Amino acid sequence: MTVFIIRRLLQSIVVLAVTSLLVFLGVYAIGNPVDILISPDATELERQAAIARLGLDRPVWEQYWSFLINLAEGDLGRSFVFNEPALKLILQRLPATLELAFVAMLISIFVGIPLGIWAGFHPNSVSGRGIMAGSIVGFSLPNFWQGLMLIMIFAVILGWLPAGGRGDQGEFLGIRSSLFSLDGWSHLILPAINLALFKMSLVIRLTRANVREVLPQDYVKFARAKGLKSRRVVTVHVLKNILIPVVTVIGLELGNVIAFAVVTETIFAWPGIGKLIIDSIFVLDRPVIVAYLMIIVFMFIVINLLVDILYSLLDPRVRLADQRG
Amino acid sequence: MANGNRILEVEGLRTHFFTKAGVVKSVDDVSFTLDRGQVLGLVGESGSGKSVTGFSIMGLVDPPGRVVAGRIVFRGTDLAHLDEEAMRAIRGRRIAMIFQDPMMTLNPVLRIDTQMIEALQAHEQISDDDARARARDALGQVGIPSPEQRLKAYPHQFSGGMRQRVAIAIALLHHPDLIIADEPTTALDVTIQGQILYEVQKLVREQGTALIWITHDLSVVAGLADEICVMYAGRAVETGHVADVIERPLHPYTRGLINSVPSRNPRGQPLRQIQGVAPTPLKLPPGCAFQDRCPRADARCHSMPELSQPVAGHSVRCFRPHLEEAAA
Repeated sequence: MTVFIIRRLLQSIVVLAVTSLLVFLGVYAIGNPVDILISPDATELERQAAIARLGLDRPVWEQYWSFLINLAEGDLGRSFVFNEPALKLILQRLPATLELAFVAMLISIFVGIPLGIWAGFHPNSVSGRGIMAGSIVGFSLPNFWQGLMLIMIFAVILGWLPAGGRGDQGEFLGIRSSLFSLDGWSHLILPAINLALFKMSLVIRLTRANVREVLPQDYVKFARAKGLKSRRVVTVHVLKNILIPVVTVIGLELGNVIAFAVVTETIFAWPGIGKLIIDSIFVLDRPVIVAYLMIIVFMFIVINLLVDILYSLLDPRVRLADQRG
Repeated sequence: MANGNRILEVEGLRTHFFTKAGVVKSVDDVSFTLDRGQVLGLVGESGSGKSVTGFSIMGLVDPPGRVVAGRIVFRGTDLAHLDEEAMRAIRGRRIAMIFQDPMMTLNPVLRIDTQMIEALQAHEQISDDDARARARDALGQVGIPSPEQRLKAYPHQFSGGMRQRVAIAIALLHHPDLIIADEPTTALDVTIQGQILYEVQKLVREQGTALIWITHDLSVVAGLADEICVMYAGRAVETGHVADVIERPLHPYTRGLINSVPSRNPRGQPLRQIQGVAPTPLKLPPGCAFQDRCPRADARCHSMPELSQPVAGHSVRCFRPHLEEAAA
């Protein structure tokens, strides 16, 4: 296990290095930020000064090299726009995105898995079919439209919940978060639902498919033949087997939710990293884009590692130490 | 009840599956009886309904299938009309089952001790420690070395034969009155088959447990069973004492089966076989299901033959049984 984790961490460094190069070249290729940053009527002299100040006059490999050196020191560059460290900008906004993603995933897991199990056990019942039809709707509705409808219904028409923003944050054990205040929750719940609907549909369909696959297995029949109560058959024998693929997908989706909550954050004016990256792309704020992508890649690596470890806990046939990279 | 030793009496059992394509009569009029300590061989080819018969007794027929007619009298109680909770209390405790493929019967993600302790605690108020001790003893009883350590293992750490021993140990945990073994040796190596057969026979004899041994292999039941019930296309076509059925088969199908056993064929000759293939369960011919493959079939066979008992204790479902040889 330890060997496995060390090997994975070493591999991760390689992945990070390769991504940094790709990201850097990609971002370098998409245009000159100076055109956007300084006013069009600036003199050529001012222009040159700005380019020199941002280090854009140096050759690309030199820029990359200094980026790597800074990266090793934990410095991901300064934002052209805010003139603040890019890392600081991202970390300021990360908690908002994390709490949104966290609540959205909890909703999709704790609503999705039970519904999926129910639909798997009653595939031909009205309720089972209803759940599956609902999941197709959840899949198909465009995220932005769905968000607007939620705002329309719950904020505008019913007036139950605020339409956007993050609201007050409570403090608990020294951590400030929307999760610790009622006002925070009232702001959080709509965007979280909006973000959760698609994942929930995915979890429902995945769970149902796996239940359908596990149910005819001999070990389920054998468990029943032992005289176990059906409750135990479902919650132990079936659930533990379906969790393996479900955990894998949820892990990957968690990364996606954090990285690409852009649409939801934009609609609900949620001050998270999704909104930051979109704004940064508009103004070609290179250091922020690069820093953002690096952090996201790092996060995916960590999540994948955690999923692998969790996987080995769920499935005794998977022995992490035995795997050869 | 006339016979105090009677464990099980299955009478006119019919289990049908109501599929979209039509009604599949997987079990269609099967009857047999079983006394304490007796072994019944339930013989038939794939799809003949022998496994479904076993599941019907266990109350484990899944929709769209259900028992539509017949009585399954187990120690004086008709299981066919028992509610789920009462049936659950019998399952695993009074009637246990062993499945065909030991690779599939144990849950791959649960440890052996979990799977054994839950089986005990499903029927008894028993502490984890006591249950563990019982599980350990049961593993030792079926010949698993160092059972204490093996309890902590997962199924994939056992060989096929060892897994089947675990399954047998689980079946024996509550000292049931009846064990239904659904082809438990089919998926195993021949050497292991012999060992498992021997173990089961020994344990069943020691505990006086009745056994239904479901198989397609006549040579297995020949040495094991007291009674044989031969099934074809969901129907019991011949039942009787093992020696009678094997030595003097009445039904042309049983006869064909026995003649197909390679060791009964003369060397150098092409192996004898039953002509044709088994009919699809959705399109059974009216009358005897075996008529198309039967060398003796005539016009009468288009109507359904009833079970008759031309020889005492040996019944057959055929208009033209092989009585001439039986009498000889």
